[in-house]
Amino acid sequence: LFYSCLRGSDRVPLFPSPARTHVNYEVKDNVAVIRINDPTSKVNTLTRQLQDDMMEVLNEVWGNSAVKSAVIISTKPGCFIAGANIDMIKVCKSAEEVSKLSKEGQMMFEKIEKSPIPFVAAVNGTCMGGGLEFAIACHYRVATKSKKTVMALPEVMLGLLPGAGGTQRMPKMLGLPTAFDVMLTGRSIRADKAKKMGLVHHVIDPLGPGVKDPEERLIEYLEEVAVGVAKGLAKKTVTVEKKKGLMQKVQDAVLGIPLVRNQVYKTVTQKVMKQTKGLYPAPLSIIEAVQAGVEKGPAEGYHVEAVNFGKLAMTPESRALIGLYQGQVACKKNNFGKPEREVKSLAVLGAGLMGAGIAQVTVDKGVATILKDTTTEGLARGHDQVYKGLNDKAKKKSITTFERDMTLSFLKGQLDYSGFEKVDMVIEAVFEDLSIKHKVLKEVEAVIPPHCIFASNTSALPIREIAAASKRPEKVIGMHYFSPVDKMQLLEIITTDKTSKDTTASAVAVGLKQGKVIIVVGDGPGFYTTRCLAPTLVEGIRILQEGVGPKKLDSLTTGFGFPVGVSTLIDEVGVDVAAHVAEDLGKAFGSRFGGGNVDVLKTMIQKGFKGRKSGKGCYVYSAKKKDKQVNSGTEEILKAFKLTAPPAVSGDEDVQYRLVSRFVNEAALCLQEGILADPVQGDIGAVFGLGFPPCLGGPFRFLDSFGADKLVQKMKRYEDAYGNQFTPCQLLLDYAKDPSKKFHK
Amino acid sequence: MNSLRTCPVNSSRALQFATWALSASAPLQAQAKSKKTLSKPGVRNVVLVEGVRTPFLQAGTTYADLMAHDLARGALQGLLNRTAFPKEAVDYIVYGTVIQEVKTSNVAREAALGAGFSDKTPAHTVTMACISSNQAMTTAVGLVASGQCDAVVAGGVEFMSDVPIRHSRKMRKMMLSLNRARTLGARLSLLGSLRLSHLVPELPAVSEFSTAEMMGHSADRLAAAFGISRLDQDEFALRSHVLAKKAQDEGLLTDIVDFKVPGKDIVSKDNGIRPSTMEQMSKLKPAFIKPHGTVTAANSSYLTDGASAVLIMSEEKALAMGYKPKAYLSDSFSDFLFHGKLTKMRCVSFSPTYAIPKVLERSGLTLADIDAFEFHEAFAGQVLANLTAMESDWFAQNCMGRKAKVGAPPMEKFNLWGGSLSLGHPFAATGCRLVTMVAHRLKKEGGQYGLVAACAAGGQGHAMLVEACPQ
Repeated sequence: LFYSCLRGSDRVPLFPSPARTHVNYEVKDNVAVIRINDPTSKVNTLTRQLQDDMMEVLNEVWGNSAVKSAVIISTKPGCFIAGANIDMIKVCKSAEEVSKLSKEGQMMFEKIEKSPIPFVAAVNGTCMGGGLEFAIACHYRVATKSKKTVMALPEVMLGLLPGAGGTQRMPKMLGLPTAFDVMLTGRSIRADKAKKMGLVHHVIDPLGPGVKDPEERLIEYLEEVAVGVAKGLAKKTVTVEKKKGLMQKVQDAVLGIPLVRNQVYKTVTQKVMKQTKGLYPAPLSIIEAVQAGVEKGPAEGYHVEAVNFGKLAMTPESRALIGLYQGQVACKKNNFGKPEREVKSLAVLGAGLMGAGIAQVTVDKGVATILKDTTTEGLARGHDQVYKGLNDKAKKKSITTFERDMTLSFLKGQLDYSGFEKVDMVIEAVFEDLSIKHKVLKEVEAVIPPHCIFASNTSALPIREIAAASKRPEKVIGMHYFSPVDKMQLLEIITTDKTSKDTTASAVAVGLKQGKVIIVVGDGPGFYTTRCLAPTLVEGIRILQEGVGPKKLDSLTTGFGFPVGVSTLIDEVGVDVAAHVAEDLGKAFGSRFGGGNVDVLKTMIQKGFKGRKSGKGCYVYSAKKKDKQVNSGTEEILKAFKLTAPPAVSGDEDVQYRLVSRFVNEAALCLQEGILADPVQGDIGAVFGLGFPPCLGGPFRFLDSFGADKLVQKMKRYEDAYGNQFTPCQLLLDYAKDPSKKFHK
Repeated sequence: MNSLRTCPVNSSRALQFATWALSASAPLQAQAKSKKTLSKPGVRNVVLVEGVRTPFLQAGTTYADLMAHDLARGALQGLLNRTAFPKEAVDYIVYGTVIQEVKTSNVAREAALGAGFSDKTPAHTVTMACISSNQAMTTAVGLVASGQCDAVVAGGVEFMSDVPIRHSRKMRKMMLSLNRARTLGARLSLLGSLRLSHLVPELPAVSEFSTAEMMGHSADRLAAAFGISRLDQDEFALRSHVLAKKAQDEGLLTDIVDFKVPGKDIVSKDNGIRPSTMEQMSKLKPAFIKPHGTVTAANSSYLTDGASAVLIMSEEKALAMGYKPKAYLSDSFSDFLFHGKLTKMRCVSFSPTYAIPKVLERSGLTLADIDAFEFHEAFAGQVLANLTAMESDWFAQNCMGRKAKVGAPPMEKFNLWGGSLSLGHPFAATGCRLVTMVAHRLKKEGGQYGLVAACAAGGQGHAMLVEACPQ
């Protein structure tokens, strides 16, 4: 079908073509205005239908001698083209099939690039992946500076590469270094930045309200401007070439030397290997495709791009990353319906790291927030934290200083409970101690209105125990944020059997407003995330006791794909917090949470090694040195608690799998016990909250790809050496028995 | 209402005069207008006795070597000369200015003393961007209406031939520290920290602080949002110049007082009125949004030097002193309009559309009752966008929370003697020019009600109703 369309212009159609639904066009003053709008979806994606419609329109346009130039524009509000349709790739069974998709895209865009008449891409809204590849195949790009206008090649984040000519056109357009940066990070580029980089030729400002919907008028205006440009291009009063600055000229000259280019490839590859530990194949494939195109010519470049695209689509890494992307989208929805009342004002108790962080992400969305603490010093520190968070944004120019000030005006710091009679939700972030939580709950319930929700930000205390002190347990819920709150995307919401559905809906709505990815889990010690983390940390301590140094432990964990090594993680979380959690959960779950000796942590606390916050933990932290040194004091403690490592299960790989299997087994238990509602939330929680290796896609995706049977085998070996902390749970055994059973379809 | 409006309004003048003079509590039966008069029971009638201005000159021309308070003094002296008003009878002076000369930060006081006003008359300076003198008048009206004062002089001055260009913050900080440094060593070490970047000067903000957007840029977006074409804007600008030229030639701009520039000629005419041709105007390139914008130098107001002043009094006092007031200054309304999401989405030059219905509704008049409209013309595109918005039901419903559109003023009553585009726009002096001009137009055209509207940076606007005094 695709090929027949390509040759459509010199072919008499046998049948009248079916009505075009996704693309149409009109000719205005010799300019063909080609409008895209997928009526079946909120966003435009490069579906089969859209591509077919587009080819048909292009052929008509090229067949019309009155048309001297063309504009490509989307009439969909807030979206140019969001990218290729992922489902189109997911249904493919082989690398060859995916490569073919890539080749089809390449050919369509090449036809546009080589078109006898100039094309102007008029971009408003999301322009990502295939959408951006489409735009850069056009000769000229006009973009709106709307906040929704974002350009990116995010394929690398899905374990893929830009497979429709992106790896070939980008280096030509931006130069090698910038092109690599854009394609290897997948970062989003706003219109004004794109203008500076040379990705677009011209930008226009968004408009205010007029006599119709502003977005509708903006698209009209964009079209007017783009048609003007198109006319200019046809008359040659507008040129496509941009003036190059001196720096650009120098860079081009230097990169004209093959030896220098080789050095660039080498450096980029080294950087990628350092960051990915070789666990992600996509970045290397991108480098390969770029190199092929630059060094061996376009034919080879396009070929390598298509072949690599096909190969990547079949990798488990890509499956895992696509699964995460789709899981993340699913966890950005409120499945509990619209809450009865919108939370318009919120109070946070405790201006510590967590409390101030929660306040920051709340005021950031324009919600009036009270930040209450018990001391002026605490309050001042918390206020400063919020200010710094916003000011950093202003420094990076993502907001103006004026917006910073206005956002900050939503924050009210205080020491008493005044104004609490009007708040819709209270989130407490006080010290993790049940009696303090009870005291605070009672104080708050005495002043808040009946509809007000009480949420507890705790990482391990069961919510039902906190709610036990409440007069209205249906309004009590857990909201477990992760530190630093403004950076970590995950929010774990914990419901008890008494929590009402409306309370949950409200908490989810607040979390979504704060920009969080949300999992909703059942109550229990450690809920889901902390419960998976605790046995992993305990195993980490065991490994340290066995004589594996903190640095080695870190490199083994990061080598498996964890973004942060276990020793560093203990320091970041805080040794005291880790001890607290390990002890509490140890009491709740018994010997399954055994392994390492909690006294190691306790001794560290005694010596003042509380982790990063105290300057010493597993490592010594100093403001000046970037390279951290192992803390000799901790090494001594570890020597005192030294255990002998059973040689059969102490190789590097075994150490890695001991950590991972305890994590995964506990996650499976959470699913088995109903703490988790589904594996998707389990994967999202593990990756976004705890840094489970994204390339594995989360514990359940990992079980699917690695094989539950293989993991069970390993665990049985560890069980023999260590005991019941490695006993696989029933769910794992079930899945191991029947390899056709998968957590993800 | 339309047919009624065309009726002669002179018939009830005598009756009306009686009503006003008595500070009438019961308005007469409405005949031609929705309301016979805007006089309110129990509130003193406030009148405009006289309004004057210096000629408005393009910045950098004949006024170039003066200072702001010189022009202000000229306007104040001109007002005294024309009215022969006893200086000591002035109770208060309020004066507007936008770009402040730091040497004369209370320019009202400096100019008043220089113009020979009593040193016992207090004077304060007000700033509210392009509606600074509107606010000065609003303050004056309030002072008189509340009975605190009987005679207040309001006005405004803007001097764009010279603007305060500062040292950079770094340089200022160093210089201030230098002041405090006690030892030679400390001084030298401070001087040693001097870098080339310290010497980069800081220009007065050309863009709004809160939105970081320039006015012209905003006006261009506004025009685009309402689909106002370049052609429409150029035509409107041309209209302004043609009408201003006509008014100048016919001697209608009687609010001008001569200004003697030391060492130079006596200035007696505005120098920015230059009717051009559409052809010439179409040749200009966009000044702000390049290359596709529509706002050009020709369809924008230009940087202007000038000052204005008005004498505002209680009616009783004015009559008692033997003056023939020009107009009643009735209802004045400044509206703040910076809602929306912090960003540039809200166009700043837009507030007249919001302020006008409020002022009309408060006074019980409709748009059809108005005989003369004087709108501030910052940019042709901005004026036309306001007019389009007032005619749009969509805008009224979606942006103003109204059921239906306000309606736009008919062009045959609109800015008939030119406007800021042609006469010039010394920011803080324009408001008084508008009010005096509408009073003069009402007199000349035989109308009763006039409406003044102006916009200002920061998303603020001002509207004022003016009612002609009986002759």
